[in-house]
Amino acid sequence: MGELAVDKHVHYILSVEKRKDSFESVVMDHLRMNGAYWGLTTLDLLGKLDIVNADEVISWIMKCQHESGGFAGNIGHDPHILYTLSAVQVLAVSNKLDVLDTDKVAAYITGLQNEDGSFSGDMWGEVDTSCKNLDGGFGCTPGGESHAGQIFCCVGALAITGSLHHVDKDLLGWWLCERQVKSGGLNGRPEKLPDVCYSWWVLSSLIMIDRVHWIDKEKLVKFILDCQDVKNGGISDRPDDAVDVFHTYFGVAGLSLLEYPGLKAIDPAYALPVDVINRIFFSR
Amino acid sequence: MPRTRKARNPNQVVCLCHLYSQTRTGISRFDSVALKRVNHPKCVEDCVCGGIHKIQTVSSVSREQMEDDGHVEPLSRKAEWSDVTPLPQDDGPNPVVPIAYKEEFRETMDYFRAIYRADERSPRALRLTRQAILLNPGNYTVWHFRRLVLEALDADLDEELDFLQQIANSNSKNYQLWHHRRWVVERLGTDARAKELELTKKILSLDAKNYHAWSHRQWVLQALGGWEDELDYCQHLLEEDIFNNSAWNQRYFVVTRSPFLGGLKAMRETEVRFTVEAILAKPQNESPWRYLRGLYKDEIEGLVNDPQVSSVCLKVMNTKSNYVFALSLLLDLLCYGFQPSQEFRDAVDALWTSETHPLDSDLAKAICYILEHVDSMRASYWMWRKSKLPLTA
Repeated sequence: MGELAVDKHVHYILSVEKRKDSFESVVMDHLRMNGAYWGLTTLDLLGKLDIVNADEVISWIMKCQHESGGFAGNIGHDPHILYTLSAVQVLAVSNKLDVLDTDKVAAYITGLQNEDGSFSGDMWGEVDTSCKNLDGGFGCTPGGESHAGQIFCCVGALAITGSLHHVDKDLLGWWLCERQVKSGGLNGRPEKLPDVCYSWWVLSSLIMIDRVHWIDKEKLVKFILDCQDVKNGGISDRPDDAVDVFHTYFGVAGLSLLEYPGLKAIDPAYALPVDVINRIFFSR
Repeated sequence: MPRTRKARNPNQVVCLCHLYSQTRTGISRFDSVALKRVNHPKCVEDCVCGGIHKIQTVSSVSREQMEDDGHVEPLSRKAEWSDVTPLPQDDGPNPVVPIAYKEEFRETMDYFRAIYRADERSPRALRLTRQAILLNPGNYTVWHFRRLVLEALDADLDEELDFLQQIANSNSKNYQLWHHRRWVVERLGTDARAKELELTKKILSLDAKNYHAWSHRQWVLQALGGWEDELDYCQHLLEEDIFNNSAWNQRYFVVTRSPFLGGLKAMRETEVRFTVEAILAKPQNESPWRYLRGLYKDEIEGLVNDPQVSSVCLKVMNTKSNYVFALSLLLDLLCYGFQPSQEFRDAVDALWTSETHPLDSDLAKAICYILEHVDSMRASYWMWRKSKLPLTA
């Protein structure tokens, strides 16, 4: 089995947003907040967060906050629930949550809740409703195909609110463990190709419902390591494809869940290092 | 129910100074506080605002938009924009991970910021949002503002659908695009139905599992109808690729919800027959096995008592290849109370050739044991299943 090329991945993350003329730099513009979360959390898992200047990060993040309390994907953009989450996560990782007016942020989030309990993404209403399917999984809308990404969102939300008893863990656990294919990787839906990011969505879901022993962990570790670009750094969705910071994060996070040596532990529901979560909860 | 809309007057005139527009209800003045009125050197005719500006019909403006695709003349050099001061992005004094933007992108966004800040909802704002979207279709702020402009201009939403159609292929997984499309369709109502079914069909012909396209298609069917041909469409997709789980999911959606088919119970028998055929053709295909269980949702007894169901397990086991799902379903049937004939016992025995480790006399236990070995990635799961079996007397 190969090894995790830690230094290469660190170098890759630091270099990615400074690349000139890259398509990525343009399309990453509005989701720079997500990019910051993926990059910084990966660095933290690898034990290299001190490379980044926390104050500069914080100052940029706060410029993305709007009067409503919500955060945008970048300066000059509108606030959105997705980027608010990433902003809070980055502040948590950087141990700078004290800069937040938490009531304000909470007010923004609760303001987005609809009457049926679902949440709009922003004031203008991209709605993410979900529905439990008969295979135990969750789709994005009633009647929608069960999808591992959506399952993670539902299971995570239920975990955080102490409501996992609503999940049929045996049925869902079985659907999830059937995502593992011959190569050891995980797919997101039946008969689709494996993808490193599902190492997170499926794996964290399995852990939250206590069924992770139903997959072959060793084979999954091997699959993730095979997705590395050991020469230039970074991790891709499957072996030999182009790397990106999104898959780099999910590959490292997946390895952390699999207890790969040398990595910090990560919380499956909050998708943040366990010590960060402990710091938050124990400081209350 | 989505609101329906009357077709727009294609001869609505808009002055290129963007300060006035003549609509059915008369002449209205845009309120663009940050802009100054300037005489444009290109203008050839008087416009209703009293300045010397070019008059065009909105539909011809749209054509011009299309011809503009790929055109990279800087905005700072266009007379049309000479009254606007572009607003650069404010990254703060010490930007962290600064992004190196391409010049065209940077300039477009600088002008967008100016227009957005001024809340200018004009035709040139519409064109600018189009340019910004083409450069970065993920920018949700631009999409949102475009909706405000479309509303303010009472724009032709059919043309908007055409614009989305143009960029759909290369942005088929873009959340903002699909959200925007739904917004447009909600305003057009049932008239848009055919176009939506056509578009999603086109996207799915390129990627038959595109989740966004499927979600949109399901929404269209439920909001606007059009169920008549949907089962045939699923049939067609499955003939192309019997492994397409999305198509199986859609089939279930149609069978259970279409107002033309009579519901799950009415469809069950023919659907079981269809599914069994699919299984026998490719027993390693996960989808039809799940579909089969779905046909008996909330009716376990029906599943247990349907001879087609138990018999397909038997048939697949007897081929001695790709039998994992067959064993798994048979295991579940036994747990639900299925009483197997000797044939089933013989078929299971035939799958196990080891003499040193004979199979358990209890059929369910024997199946678990086999699965631990032939589906070894999930060995822990099968061991757990075995542990949950009722103790045999």
